[in-house]
Amino acid sequence: MSRIRSAFENANADGRAALVGYLTAYDPDLDGSLERIMAACDAGLDVLELGVPFSDPTADGPDVQAAMLRALAAGATLPRVLDLARAVRERTDIPIVLFSYANPLVQMGSRLGAAAANAGVDGLLVVDCPPAHAAELRDPAVARGLDWIGLVAPTTNEARMSAVAEVSTGFVYAVTLKGVTGAELDADAEALSAQLAAVKERFSIPVAAGFGVRSAKQAKALAGKADGVVVGSALIRAAAQSVGALADLVRDLHAGTER
Amino acid sequence: MANPSLQFGEFGGRYVAETLMPAVEALAEEWPKAWSDPTFTGEYTAILRDYAGRPSTLTEAKRLADALGMEPGGRLLLKREDLNHTGSHKINNCVGQVLLARRLGKTRIIAETGAGQHGVATATVCAYFGLPCTVYMGARDVERQALNVFRMQLLGATVVPVEAGSATLKDAINEALRDWVANVDDTHYVIGSVMGPDPYPTMVRDLQRVIGDECKTQVAALTGGLPDAVVACVGGGSNAMGIFAAFVPDASVALYGVEAAGEGLEGKHAATMTAGKLGIYHGMRSLVLQDAGGQLQEAHSISAGLDYPGVGPEHAHLHETGRAKYLSVTDAQCLESLSQLAQTEGIIAALETAHAFAALPAILDEVGRDKVVVVNVSGRGDKDMHTVMDAMKPDTDSSSTEQPS
Repeated sequence: MSRIRSAFENANADGRAALVGYLTAYDPDLDGSLERIMAACDAGLDVLELGVPFSDPTADGPDVQAAMLRALAAGATLPRVLDLARAVRERTDIPIVLFSYANPLVQMGSRLGAAAANAGVDGLLVVDCPPAHAAELRDPAVARGLDWIGLVAPTTNEARMSAVAEVSTGFVYAVTLKGVTGAELDADAEALSAQLAAVKERFSIPVAAGFGVRSAKQAKALAGKADGVVVGSALIRAAAQSVGALADLVRDLHAGTER
Repeated sequence: MANPSLQFGEFGGRYVAETLMPAVEALAEEWPKAWSDPTFTGEYTAILRDYAGRPSTLTEAKRLADALGMEPGGRLLLKREDLNHTGSHKINNCVGQVLLARRLGKTRIIAETGAGQHGVATATVCAYFGLPCTVYMGARDVERQALNVFRMQLLGATVVPVEAGSATLKDAINEALRDWVANVDDTHYVIGSVMGPDPYPTMVRDLQRVIGDECKTQVAALTGGLPDAVVACVGGGSNAMGIFAAFVPDASVALYGVEAAGEGLEGKHAATMTAGKLGIYHGMRSLVLQDAGGQLQEAHSISAGLDYPGVGPEHAHLHETGRAKYLSVTDAQCLESLSQLAQTEGIIAALETAHAFAALPAILDEVGRDKVVVVNVSGRGDKDMHTVMDAMKPDTDSSSTEQPS
């Protein structure tokens, strides 16, 4: 079983939803990023979503945009992000999902699958690469044993749900709102419950819900409806305050994922 | 690579976040139906005729032809999109897309703009139909196109300055995409060029090909045949694609796109065809100016409308297949041609458009000076007068304030 699937199973066995934490690699720089990632992992992340900085992150809100700019200014490149992933892998067994926009990955070309696998990356999540275009990046990654994390949104219809299900392994990312990362989320909305129930019904792999989650209360609301809860922008904001604030928030969210 | 999900050889596609995919698919499904529906095309044609002033005229530029050394038999013909309502070709696309938005039941319009021409055209059509309109514009462009910002506001649109990144066109597109993803249920995004996810490159080309169709008829009436060459400036590439579309099947017609070489290809520029590489950005797979790691680079051009590091996927395909040829000219060459056109023909073109004229000497060298050459005058230059005044200042100062020593 893949590291990713094991993490979801272990969390479930503990009576929790898995806590998936997003941090942008190299924010604010290499050392600071590694320190924050390790602090978050130690404080209770089940899955690390490691963001590859991109100059034009159209699906992201202000927090992730700013983090990506800081990371690029600190010299982040995809090979360096993979080196950072390797450094994380040397320190912990946490599953690592590489989050990226398609272009930086496409520029690495056919070397990507092996490079990511060698760095200890367990899955790819490419936000602007829908199933019809996935083969180029997915096939080499899957061939090296990586999972391909597909996304479904509140707008996704039945036909698209099937297309996403066909290419997804590891877990599927259910986007909880119409908007960019970090936007306002009502985690108790009935429409969201119905959406997550439909996704759970349709997918045989775990479902992780994310976009706009910032509090333990929201995590708790989602933990009953999904197999995992993803937090990103809120972690970035906490990490910008201090490593301690980040660890506190992760502990808080971790408690929230208990069912 | 024969990938059915790509529309133009190895270029095109729909590289957008899942939240937007259903809206993009709905557009792709509805567009061919609308475009073959006589009620839809009838309304589009009537508005372009009665409101936008089509057909635009074809003007023979005899004095400029002489200045460029054209020979007997050679004719220089100008397709006058600058005479359209709102001052450029952009209105052709806006009328069609807003009609489509109404057909899809959308009640709010958003757009991006570089030079402000597309923003003004969108704001105009929204005023005409009584629809709320928000235009995203890079903060740097807001500054250098103050007149167009005011025009949009006067037309009732909300202009949102975008400070992110290079604060120019690419950043305005990023922000418009973020608005669209949050408001996708009631909002249509009127993309202003032949770029973005499918079906936009096809749809915008279809809506702009009225330029080429009219031009073909007008040239035939004047010369009895086809032109030998067609020339247009290229940023995203909508005016060029619009005039090219009618001539692509005619192998004898040479097609020339002219990009912005800015300060020169060694410095800051926007010459995507010359210096760009295959990439995925703004929903499409096309050529783009980027670094080795796939980060988009900041483009530069004196003309805000060409200040974009990417290009429409069909142009990338025409370039790759050799059907069209792409040249680039610098800011300085552009300014020189802007003056030359003004002083030989009494036409003050937009800075974008002036790029097409600046490439004429090189193009005439290639096709011959006894040929029939059409230039698409994509827009008029009123909006650029402050930029041009500033750029020409050193000369003006030295000639008007020079004191005898």
